[in-house]
Amino acid sequence: MTKDETKQVVLDIIADIAPDEDISNLKPDVRLRDQMQLDSMDFLDIVMELRKRHGIEVPEADYIHLASLDSCADYLTPKFTALGK
Amino acid sequence: MSFKSPRIVITGVGLTAPNGNTLSEFRQNLLNGVGGIEKREIRYMGELLAGVCHYDALKYQTKKELRVGTRAGSISIYCAREAVADSKIDFAAFPKDRIGIYVGTTEHGNVETENEVYAISKFNYDTKYWSHYHNPRTVSNNPAGEVSLNLGITGPAYTVGAACAAGNLGLIHAAQMLRLGEVDLAICGGVSESIHTFGIFAGFKSQNALASHPDPLKASRPFDKARNGIVISEGGALYTLERLDDALARGAKIYGEIGGYCVNSDASDYVLPNPGRQAECVKKALANARLAPRDIHIVNTHATATPMGDIQECEAIRAVFGEGCPDTYINNTKSYIGHCMGAAGALELAGNLPSFDDLVVHPTINVDDLDPQCALPGLVLNHPKKVGKVDAILNNSFGMLGINSTLIVKRFLP
Repeated sequence: MTKDETKQVVLDIIADIAPDEDISNLKPDVRLRDQMQLDSMDFLDIVMELRKRHGIEVPEADYIHLASLDSCADYLTPKFTALGK
Repeated sequence: MSFKSPRIVITGVGLTAPNGNTLSEFRQNLLNGVGGIEKREIRYMGELLAGVCHYDALKYQTKKELRVGTRAGSISIYCAREAVADSKIDFAAFPKDRIGIYVGTTEHGNVETENEVYAISKFNYDTKYWSHYHNPRTVSNNPAGEVSLNLGITGPAYTVGAACAAGNLGLIHAAQMLRLGEVDLAICGGVSESIHTFGIFAGFKSQNALASHPDPLKASRPFDKARNGIVISEGGALYTLERLDDALARGAKIYGEIGGYCVNSDASDYVLPNPGRQAECVKKALANARLAPRDIHIVNTHATATPMGDIQECEAIRAVFGEGCPDTYINNTKSYIGHCMGAAGALELAGNLPSFDDLVVHPTINVDDLDPQCALPGLVLNHPKKVGKVDAILNNSFGMLGINSTLIVKRFLP
């Protein structure tokens, strides 16, 4: 999976957990929380959906890597690759 | 010590029922004999009958709020917002810490718990897939708490758990809090999301108390010989209640005045009703309202269309209104909308409130063959009845574990 594909995976999840938000112009290098209404429960949603949909575990200490789309891609792409995706 | 209890009045109504999403729509359907029962797929059980509400949930909530919250919370928000709008109170300027939210519920948490168990069943029951929203969704105060979040109300917001008597209890508790001066405006009544839990259906089915009929609209038939059980429904009715002086000061429309009430307990069985205690509850409510049985012009029955339950309630009503009450008329709303559980008492009261204005008593429908044991004098069957006087409505609502409630609402007279 490429980093762009990883970003799309995260965007698909965000689209479901924040259905009222326009996510078409999210800047990949800016913190998600600075661009849209996301609280701590929403971040737990991202973690849960990565687990449910893709079998990816994100330990609590690594939540910081989910801050922006770019950091998500950097952190998650190797995990997808390790799973053969 | 002398204490003059403040008079409490109803100044706003918000509701959603299986046959209407505003009081006027609901009332018109009750007068026109239009019910709202439909077939619905219930998890593990297949197609059953249920009363489903079709209000516009996005009118007052975002998609995200709907995703995070519960159905009971959503129904409560819709009803609360509609009631506040109907009251025409200056809500923006009203001190939010002086508003109380008291929502009656039969149960809460079954829906979300069943959903989560079902969800983790797809992951071999691994609890790491259990939602982090489970606890805020299932705490007992959830429906009231969602209203406080949605409206920014910072006063007390909690539910009143009282089985199927809960709708009345929400109103009664609110009146008490207003009289105590704890709040200046109460948003109160009852809600139910119970059609979203298979457990309620399965429980009544195991009890042989679930209605069945080829025609969904004929399935809920209190007092009819062919009645065969309860149709489970969702719904909600929340009111704004205020002290009379406050309502008059702002020129509020007044739907009626809380006349009196009683809540008591059978202390006799988990499930079976107790007609003696029900009659006692009605009599104590009358005494509380300083009214005689003949002063009541509409009695809304709780009757759910179970074979024994209807007879027992009729026994209780006969014991109080059997003689000397020529102007007392008796009806039932569940024949249209099924049993809205925690919302039942509050919704059924709403359906009768317009009778103060139009002097028409809506009927009990679906009575093709009246059970002689339910043949109460004054029973209004199948067609609305124009009457000479409606000055007091008595609203019965009973529930499991033997909780009984009677609420009397009087025509407002200055």
